[in-house]
Amino acid sequence: MAEQAPLAVFGGSPLLYVLIPLLPFLGFLINGLLNRRLSGTVAGVIGSATVLGSFLISVMLFTQFTGTPYTVHLFDWISVGSLHIPFDYQIDQLSLIMLLLVTGVGFLIHVYSIGYMHHDENVGKFFAFLNLFVFSMLLLVMGANYVILFIGWEGVGLCSYLLIGFWNKHTAFNNAAKKAFIINRIGDLGFLLGIFLIYQTFDSVEYGSVFQQAAKLPVGAGVVTVITLLLFVGAMGKSAQLPLYTWLPDAMAGPTPVSALIHAATMVTAGIYMVLRSNILYTLSPDTLNVVAWVGALTALFAATIGLAQNDIKKVLAYSTVSQLGYMFLALGVMGYTSSLFHVLTHAFFKALMFLGAGSVIHAMSNEQDIRNMGGLRKALPITFLTFLIGCLAIAGIPPFSGFFSKDEILAHAFEHNKVLWGIGLLTAFLTAFYMFRLLFLTFFGEFRGTEEQKHHLHESPASMTMPLIILAILAAIGGFMNAPLVLGKGYLADFLAPLFNYSRQANPEAFGAEIDHATEYMLIGLSVAAGVLGIVLAYVQYVSRRVRPADDASQRGFLENLVYHKYYVDELYNTLFVKPSMFLSRGLHDFVEKRVVDAGVNGVGRGVFGGSQLLRNLQTGKVETYLLLMVVGIVVVLALNFMNF
Amino acid sequence: MEQTIPEVIRTVPLQHYVFFAAALFSIGVLGVLTRRNAIIIFMCVELMLNAVNVLLAAFSAYRADPNGQVFVFFIMAVAAAEVAVGLGIIVMIYRNIQNTDVNLLDRLKW
Repeated sequence: MAEQAPLAVFGGSPLLYVLIPLLPFLGFLINGLLNRRLSGTVAGVIGSATVLGSFLISVMLFTQFTGTPYTVHLFDWISVGSLHIPFDYQIDQLSLIMLLLVTGVGFLIHVYSIGYMHHDENVGKFFAFLNLFVFSMLLLVMGANYVILFIGWEGVGLCSYLLIGFWNKHTAFNNAAKKAFIINRIGDLGFLLGIFLIYQTFDSVEYGSVFQQAAKLPVGAGVVTVITLLLFVGAMGKSAQLPLYTWLPDAMAGPTPVSALIHAATMVTAGIYMVLRSNILYTLSPDTLNVVAWVGALTALFAATIGLAQNDIKKVLAYSTVSQLGYMFLALGVMGYTSSLFHVLTHAFFKALMFLGAGSVIHAMSNEQDIRNMGGLRKALPITFLTFLIGCLAIAGIPPFSGFFSKDEILAHAFEHNKVLWGIGLLTAFLTAFYMFRLLFLTFFGEFRGTEEQKHHLHESPASMTMPLIILAILAAIGGFMNAPLVLGKGYLADFLAPLFNYSRQANPEAFGAEIDHATEYMLIGLSVAAGVLGIVLAYVQYVSRRVRPADDASQRGFLENLVYHKYYVDELYNTLFVKPSMFLSRGLHDFVEKRVVDAGVNGVGRGVFGGSQLLRNLQTGKVETYLLLMVVGIVVVLALNFMNF
Repeated sequence: MEQTIPEVIRTVPLQHYVFFAAALFSIGVLGVLTRRNAIIIFMCVELMLNAVNVLLAAFSAYRADPNGQVFVFFIMAVAAAEVAVGLGIIVMIYRNIQNTDVNLLDRLKW
């Protein structure tokens, strides 16, 4: 257990730490309670200011951090029998980086939302939910035990549901929200079982004591494998991995800033955070790591192929997010823990950037999302175009943009570990470059294909929207240098994070692998860059030189193309396998158990009482004689009984 | 020769009082149950009360205990008050429905 060493300022009081999640929560209360009375801009400023406050405190904590992790004890939360769950915050390398990410990117997206949601009638509600989300996410990353992690985990799930269905007048959007919520429930069940098993095994849910005890177990212990697999099921749901990924593309029904914040930058990385947090457990179980790596790699490839044929600007980005999350799990599975977090960070920058850019495009196009109706937007939206281009270059892995460094590191780890996984990763990198530039070229190059009205309306977004774009673009461009590969110099991030993996390194030193030699590293870098460039060139030839346009929905397609266009019919498959049978079961239960048994029982009781009363009320004749007679008879009977007894 | 009231009362055997009072009470009960005129019912109630009074007076004399007679006075006072209220009610009923038949007052049913 790390020792307690709170900050020197504030006389060691935990107030500062409490404020980090509490500020967004206050924003939620103000915006939520005064929803109708605040103007949209005021609500936006309150929402953004609270997150900015949390960001500033996080920066302060970060700069004063000495390298020794510590916990901040707030109060004893649950204390029953041998079960003790304190409400503690964990301040260490991992939570500090996540704090900076969540509050920093969160703040930019809040500012962006002021402009983006300007025309909406429920801005107060929007910012209230957004603040609540930030609160839950901060709780998730700051908690010092699995139970607090779980509260945050459920909180972000709830906010995700609320925000996907934010425009709740559309049934389709509500269905998307429900889908996200239900699929996440499946994952959460696994996660919850994992926590139970942790408690049963280690008699504690606190990180400190669990990890300390776990470090003494041998590599490959069965119970650890079960725990990690169960926890991973939770991560699969939250981070949209095969087979639970289908909710994420549908979640694009929410407002675009929501997609950027929740479904690209922060919430979906909660699964990766959780695995990183429990890295000692995963290190002890090579089997689970194998599962994680393969699920990640397959998800990366699978989602990338679907991304090739999507025509909705946000759907492309959504599948790209699923694919990149797969990359991060691939990194976790091959024990590239640092590179996974590195990719979380760079991905947060460039994917948030691209979502916000897409939002800017949608805003300019009057809510048009189909890239077949766009084109040539580069002149009308120069800032959006430039920043989007940087995002695309970053995700395609072109040096020196951030995605290049993180992706390259993941591929290097995969190469050491398993050549097949590396091959899948490389293929995915190529596909990613292709479909991202397909999106870019179709949106910003060529002739405008929308209506005259849309063309007339085209405009660059206001400063509140372009400023976050520019800041994120700068981060996406240079963010990679915080952990440049070894041949180019020093990995700052790797050095900073190293203490996190102490237990893992002790428990299984050889699994971390030797450093690969420079020649191989150059070869790998060359190959991954070549894959990215090849993808870009192919996209250029196809969509700029040859001016190919994606086919209409109704047109004939070849077998493979059709399969990809319809997302491998996974949604239809799930519908047939799970949704329809459970609907059938529910209908059956409703028609038979509910109507024939429960309703009949309840109504029967009511009818019985009613019938009985109908009979009994005849006693009330209103005739005085009857009453008197009954009274006399009663007295006589009472007296008679009395005499018989004595 | 001078005789006190309890002595006079004791000239009749106690059983006779009991039978007499029981008969009087039963007549009252039957009257209440069978008659429909409110005033008659009222009188029958008085009959029952007085049957009890007779009994109380008789036992009081036989046991040489004045408590019984005190109780009789209470009953008479309460009965007088009851008569005043009861007759008032009957008068009001008569003013409303021009009748004192209790069977007509059957609105408080069901």
